This record gives sequence, C-alpha cells and structure tokens, in this order.
Amino acid sequence: MTTTTTTTTTADLKTLYGKGKKRKLLVIFAIFLALIATILFSLSFGASSPRLGEALTVIFSKAFPFLNIGPASPLAVTIIWTIRLPRIVMALIAGAGLATAGATMQGILRNPLVSSYILGISSAAGFGAALAIVFGVSIATLAGYLVIGNAFVFCLIAMIIVYSIARIRGMSSESVILAGVAVGFLFSALLSLMQYIAPEKNAVSAIVFWLMGGLYTASWHNLLICFPIVAVAILLMMTQAWNINVLSMGEEVATSLGVNSKRVLSINMILETVATASIISFTGIIGFVDLIAPHISRMLIGNDHRYLIPCSALMGALMLLAADTVGRLIIMPTELPVGIVTSLLGVPFFIYLLIRKRRQHFS
Amino acid sequence: MKLTVNNLSFGYAGGSILKNVDLNVGLGELVAIVGPNGSGKSTLLKCINRILKTKPNSILIDGQDTSKLTIKELSKLMGYVPQTSISAFPFTVFDVVMMGRKPYVHWSIGERDNDIVFQMMTLLGIDHLAMRQFSELSGGEQQKVIVARALAQQPQILLLDEPTSSLDIRHQLEILCILKGLTQSKGHAVIVSIHDLNLASRFCDKLFMLKRGCIYAMGTPEEVLTAQNIEAVYGIKADVSTSITGKPVVMPLVSDFNDFTSKVSFFFEEKELKA
Repeated sequence: MTTTTTTTTTADLKTLYGKGKKRKLLVIFAIFLALIATILFSLSFGASSPRLGEALTVIFSKAFPFLNIGPASPLAVTIIWTIRLPRIVMALIAGAGLATAGATMQGILRNPLVSSYILGISSAAGFGAALAIVFGVSIATLAGYLVIGNAFVFCLIAMIIVYSIARIRGMSSESVILAGVAVGFLFSALLSLMQYIAPEKNAVSAIVFWLMGGLYTASWHNLLICFPIVAVAILLMMTQAWNINVLSMGEEVATSLGVNSKRVLSINMILETVATASIISFTGIIGFVDLIAPHISRMLIGNDHRYLIPCSALMGALMLLAADTVGRLIIMPTELPVGIVTSLLGVPFFIYLLIRKRRQHFS
Repeated sequence: MKLTVNNLSFGYAGGSILKNVDLNVGLGELVAIVGPNGSGKSTLLKCINRILKTKPNSILIDGQDTSKLTIKELSKLMGYVPQTSISAFPFTVFDVVMMGRKPYVHWSIGERDNDIVFQMMTLLGIDHLAMRQFSELSGGEQQKVIVARALAQQPQILLLDEPTSSLDIRHQLEILCILKGLTQSKGHAVIVSIHDLNLASRFCDKLFMLKRGCIYAMGTPEEVLTAQNIEAVYGIKADVSTSITGKPVVMPLVSDFNDFTSKVSFFFEEKELKA
C-alpha cells in the first residue's frame, strides 16, 4: 500500500476525527435552535389573537407564579395554557418518540425500510380503537380511556404475537420483519371487518378520523400519562446506541464483540412498542416521521447511533411540530390533519436530500 | 495463553458437522485449519468463539471452560474476523475499527480507546483511510479494517475465517505477514481457516486438516501436506515437492478431471445435433 507516501500522522488523524465530531454536534445544535424557533412561532400564531409576548407572559406566570409577572387576560391563559402549549408538547414528545423508535428499529433490524410500525402496531392500534369505537368494548378501560386503553393493549398484543413467532425462528431480523408484516395484515383485515360491520355511519367516520391521526386531543391530562412513559423509553433507547452500531455488522460479529444480539433485539422491541403505543393511542396513526426523520438524520450526521438517535429525536420533534403548526394555520379556522402535512412537506425535502447527497447513506 | 478444543462435537438438526474434534494452540502459534468446502472449518471457528453454542468443557482457555465466561469477557480474550463483512449502514473506517472497543466502553470513548484505534490503523497501514466509508474500500482494504477491529479488542487469540480467499496475491501475503508478526512479537495465538494449501504451508506453524467434521491429520506442514493425505481428504492427486522456501508446495494434477472436460464437450455436442 501507499503508507510511505501518506503524510498523515496520528495527531493529524485525531484533529480530523475531532472536526468530524464537532460538526455532528453543531448539526444537532442547529436542529435544536430550529426547534426552539418553531416552538416560539407555534406559540404565537393560531386561529385566535394572543401573540408571542402575551404567550410568554402566560407561560412564565404559570411556570413561576412566585415571580408575579403580571396578569394575563383569562382568554390568553386559556388559549396558550390549555390549548396551544399542551399541543406543542404533544407534538414534541410524539415526534421525538416515533423518530427514536424508527431509528433504533432500522438499526437493529438492519433495514432502512423499517418504521416504528414494523411490528404491526399501527393496524393493531387501529383495530383496538375501532373495537372500542364501534362496540364500546375495551379490554382495558382505564378511567374513561376506552379507546386509548384498547389501542394501547392491542399494540402490546401485536408485539407479543410477533415476538413469539420470531422466537421460534431464532429471533433473526428477517423473522421479526416478516412476522410483523403478517400480523399487520391480520389486524388491518380485522380493522376493515370492523368498519364493514359497524352498525352506524358515525362510527365508521369516527374510525377514519382516528386513523388519520392528529394532535387536537392533546391536553395536560393526557400528557401526564404519555410524556413520562415516552421520555423514559427514549432515554433507554439512547443507551442502546453502541449495541446497535455493532449489530449493523451482523449478528455473528456482534456476538464476537460481546453483544447478545437476541437480547438487544428483545429489549428494543419492548421499548419501541411501549413508546410508539403510548403515542399513537392518544394521537392516532401518525406516519412518515418515524421513517423519514431517521433517514434525514443519517444523511446529515452519518450512522453512528450515539449521535444518530438524539439527532433523530430532535428531527422528529421538529418535523412533527412544524407540520402541525402549518396544518393549524394554512386553512384557518379549520385545520389539516398532521399526517397529511408531514408527508406533503417532508417528501420533497427528503427527495431533495436524496438527490443532492452524492454519498450513499444506506444500502 | 493456551487454547484447547476438547472432544468438540457440533451439529444442526439435519446432522452433525463436527465430530470429536481435539486441538491445541499455544502461545505465539500461527495455526491453519484446512479442508474441503463443507468440512466444518468455519463452524469450528464459530464454535471456538461461541457464536455457535457447544457443550460445556469443549473449549478451554488455559484450562478454564469458556462456557462459564460471559460473551463480553470472552470478547476481551478472542477476536473474530468473518469471511465477509457487510455493514447494513455505511460507517467510516474509524467507526468500524472503534467497534472493536465495544467490550471495554459503555457510552463515551476515552482517550485510551482513541489511541488504540489509531495505533491499530497505523499498524495495518490503513490510517490514511480513517475517514473513508468502509463500504467504498476494496476487498483487501476492508479485510485489513476488520483485522484492525479485531486487534482493537486487544485479544490474546485471533480467529480468521478465510482471510485471504477474496484477495489478490499481494494482499494475501500482506495479511499473513501481519498475522505472523503478531504471533512472533505479541505472542498472540492466531487460527486461520484457509483454502490455499501453499499459503498455509508457507506461513503456518501447525496445520489441522479436516475431513467431514473430523481431524484427519495434524502437525507441521511437512507432516500434513502429503500426497496421501491430500488424496484421502480432497480426492485429488497432487504432487508435493519442497519449494525454495524449504516448505512443501502442492501442485494438483488435473489428469483426474479430463473426464469432466470430455463430458462437458460431449453434452454440448449432443445438444447441437438435436437442434
């Protein structure tokens, strides 16, 4: 080889590597700044009047009552504190949770087409919700959370079925993906059956509305359940970064590097199901973010999951909040469902990155 | 550090692959496992590294049963270089070599980990590729990256599954010289499975010749690479002579295969007649 002609020394290499690391952190910081800006923008605009100054007054007076910041009008308090802010927080946690789940599952199953719904969760949640909507039947009626509880429980049921099938086939990534697809089809058939036999037209449109997904149901009450579960799941998924990096070289190599691939897969299946289920039981099916936010992040900062997972979380939060804000504002006073807006805005951006980036970022 | 394989048998549901394999590899030895396709070379390496699970007490390091170690503990003692390496997502060369530090790090990379990774890349002459994408490298360069990753594990024992089979003659020699150097200067025990009998003869201290999952012959290249052994294991006639390096050199004789050549010509001639 040409080792004699190269002039790089270890010191040069370290500076080069240091630069790469700094660039990754800068990208993450830039996304964070964009996220803050989007939050402020989203707080300041809506179908009714309160603007940024008033919004901040409300938030600070609520968050730090001892500061005596001065009274805000009751209307502003209602709009900012009980409508806009919970919705923004819901967008952040949902976007971050779905994107993190998508990034880890893509990494662990070594497949770029995997999304956080790979285990058949979306159809299962849909079926669970439909069952509750049509018949008022739920296997988990948590203090009035009929639809939400049922959607959540059916996500877990889907995961357990997929896990059991994959376990028989030695927990290979192919078996998880195929079992997930099969279970997904099973539940979507059951979901169609539900819609077909639903006695009332209202029930059918309620199902369709639920399936479209949206953040309009956000409230502090819901967030109290959803936020802690998803936040903990995200943090736990981040601790898997090294395992996922090593697993991308294959299960045998992972074993030789001291990583138990089957255990890592099982842990992450549970984490991602809990995170995704906690989100979509409240919001309905929000697609696209979980698939694309990780890919945009891969293109921006590469595939080292120690950086990729936090970056995906921020990117997912940013994408979902931006989409929801646009959806809220574009045809005021009505709004577009967030799922439609994410795809309409995200797809052109994704295609642009795909064409512009010369390097191949997933194979 | 001494590796002992003790009466190892392994099989899948379909049948057994390894039968009562015994072998010993000592400090500073470069050992080759040779044998025909399907004779169990790769399976043996995977069993030694516990990628495939075996009965207790079949793989021992310094007399200690490795099935009592966690795979993390084992990964600090043993490095493994697979036959082919494909990454599901593109990583830089530096990131791939850094994966070898996995047994030692939890989250953040320390200065020591960085130093070891840079050292190993320099040792293998791939330091100038550090920031290139692994998937864009040639086969020979990739093989060196994977060897560097295995060395970053700081193992005492290195297992390589056909490390030379997809390389050109220069890279073959480079890889084997590096392995030889590791056994001589660092006292590593290195086990390679290899198809090229002449390379094995040239570089390895000891050869184990596998036939259908059993060790048919073992010993120095001179002892193992005889015309009789090669005929018994591979079913071909070969001329074995001593090369200018003083090691045996195997020259297969093709007379046995003239049958195949005439069969193929006959097959196509007949087809043409029909058409």
